[in-house]
Amino acid sequence: MTVEFLSQFLAVYGSLINFIGVNALLALSLYVTLSAGQLSLGNAAFAGIGGYASGILTMHLNVPYPISVLAGAFLPAVVALLIGVPVLRIRGVFLAMATLAFGEVVRIAAVNLGITGGAQGLVGIPNKTTTFIIYGTLAATTYFLKVLGGARIGWSFASIREDETAAKVMGINTTYYKTMAFVLGAFIAGMTGAIYAHLNFIITPGEFGFSAAVQLLIYNIVGGTRSVYGPVLGAFILTALPEVLRGAGVTAGPLRLGVNGVILLLVILYLPNGLSSFFGKKGKLHAQRDGE
Amino acid sequence: MPVLLQQLINGFFIGSVYGLFAIGYTLVFGVLDILNLAHAAIFTLGGLTALWLTTAGGLSMWIAFPLAGLFSGTLGLVLDQAAFAPLRRRAASNLSGLISSIAMAIIFESAALGIFGARTVRFPEGIIVNRVWRFESVTVTSLQVGIVLSALFLMLALTVFLKRTRMGKAIRAVAESEHTARLLGINVDGVIAVTFFISSSLGGVAGILYGLYFDALAPDMGRSIELKGLAVIILGGMGSIPGAILGGIAFGLSEVFTVALTGTSNLRDAVAFTVLLAILILKPSGLLGRGRVREA
Repeated sequence: MTVEFLSQFLAVYGSLINFIGVNALLALSLYVTLSAGQLSLGNAAFAGIGGYASGILTMHLNVPYPISVLAGAFLPAVVALLIGVPVLRIRGVFLAMATLAFGEVVRIAAVNLGITGGAQGLVGIPNKTTTFIIYGTLAATTYFLKVLGGARIGWSFASIREDETAAKVMGINTTYYKTMAFVLGAFIAGMTGAIYAHLNFIITPGEFGFSAAVQLLIYNIVGGTRSVYGPVLGAFILTALPEVLRGAGVTAGPLRLGVNGVILLLVILYLPNGLSSFFGKKGKLHAQRDGE
Repeated sequence: MPVLLQQLINGFFIGSVYGLFAIGYTLVFGVLDILNLAHAAIFTLGGLTALWLTTAGGLSMWIAFPLAGLFSGTLGLVLDQAAFAPLRRRAASNLSGLISSIAMAIIFESAALGIFGARTVRFPEGIIVNRVWRFESVTVTSLQVGIVLSALFLMLALTVFLKRTRMGKAIRAVAESEHTARLLGINVDGVIAVTFFISSSLGGVAGILYGLYFDALAPDMGRSIELKGLAVIILGGMGSIPGAILGGIAFGLSEVFTVALTGTSNLRDAVAFTVLLAILILKPSGLLGRGRVREA
């Protein structure tokens, strides 16, 4: 009875569950960069680089799945390292725009290159990703970031986010840590892109464009960036929401889009720490700050 | 050579629309230091409103054009009140403003989708008299001339307004320092509302001109110009109005020349965004910027 229910549930909602996991991983990739105070809109493009690279490796060179995914994670990390050093000198809104421009260049490259399949996308990637792999990776990534947050690196990220100048004065090598956050974010994004490519049979350049980059930011803002669980929560809620709304009888596309916008607006105006501030105590940093 | 001249003219026309759009962006950024990503949604709604006024309302373009511009300005007031005013009271960071403007962009876009549908629509034929002039091998239409003249007129009017009027002076004062302006008795919230009104009506008008020029309007037409507008204001220097105009025209020219030189439209946007990335890295203040690197 229970097994039957579970298998039926998976048959109906299996792809939704997979997408929630993928979106949560992508949200975490941006979370790393945000935790060091850097707003990057390039993570969707990093996911695209990873997805295309691993898809091409699997399809044309018959590379085994794990190696292909690893390659999909390392390539964007290397790209991030190369562009990170000059780009991270710029701050705030300007960094957002520079990474946005980078994302557009990547998208246009994917549309125009022959090996990426152009605007139709890369078609026929073998389906090798399972729900188990997605959630295993999500659990491992969450755990890793949780540990990282409590370590020296995490504290350095946080100090840069709170006040970059002060962090520098305290002897923190800000360039080093900012680049590290950027590269780590690109690594996670690329890995997720590679996993996604082997889930979906086809990837297209449009999936990794500006709207995707903004979507990742929305997951983080709605969920909250004070803890590693916030982005996961945000990705879960916003990915599942359309299905819930469909269940509630809201089928019209515009209205669903509008609900997303209203949620984002309400959160940014009234819940600066996101929905995760409803759960548990206040974030660690926050509590300490209040105690000062 | 004549082909090149024709491209030059085409680039100039579309570039002036980009410039007009970018002025709205840069005005808000100059005054508030906020990147208003809902500007493109207002651009779309401006165009679609003009279309609705001419088709369902049966108005002539001469009436629909200013009405849609005013309506876009009103949307700007709504935008300010909904997305930015609450954050100002809390003294939140500029990135919060960026995100709340994304939220409003989503809301506006879903409204456009809900009201006007997802399909691409056109202004009714004959809504404007389009004469075609040929000089040797170069073709210019009265629509193109009209677009450039309206864009230039609005840019000029705005410059005079900012330089010569009391309100313009107040806007510049708030741009310099909100705090000091408040101390001097300037109604800062009022000035910001006026800024949003002007910025958004210019954005809406740019949407109408864009829709006329390409003979197509769609709820997602703001997407591509949103990124182009960003490229334009970075090229010209954030907050600089002459920079936005020159940047817009330069961007329009770069587009048509990339198409002319490569023979396809595939790389049109790539060149622009590569230039944008290079400028951000090499000279973040832009070509006509105010020389200081801003921080969020």
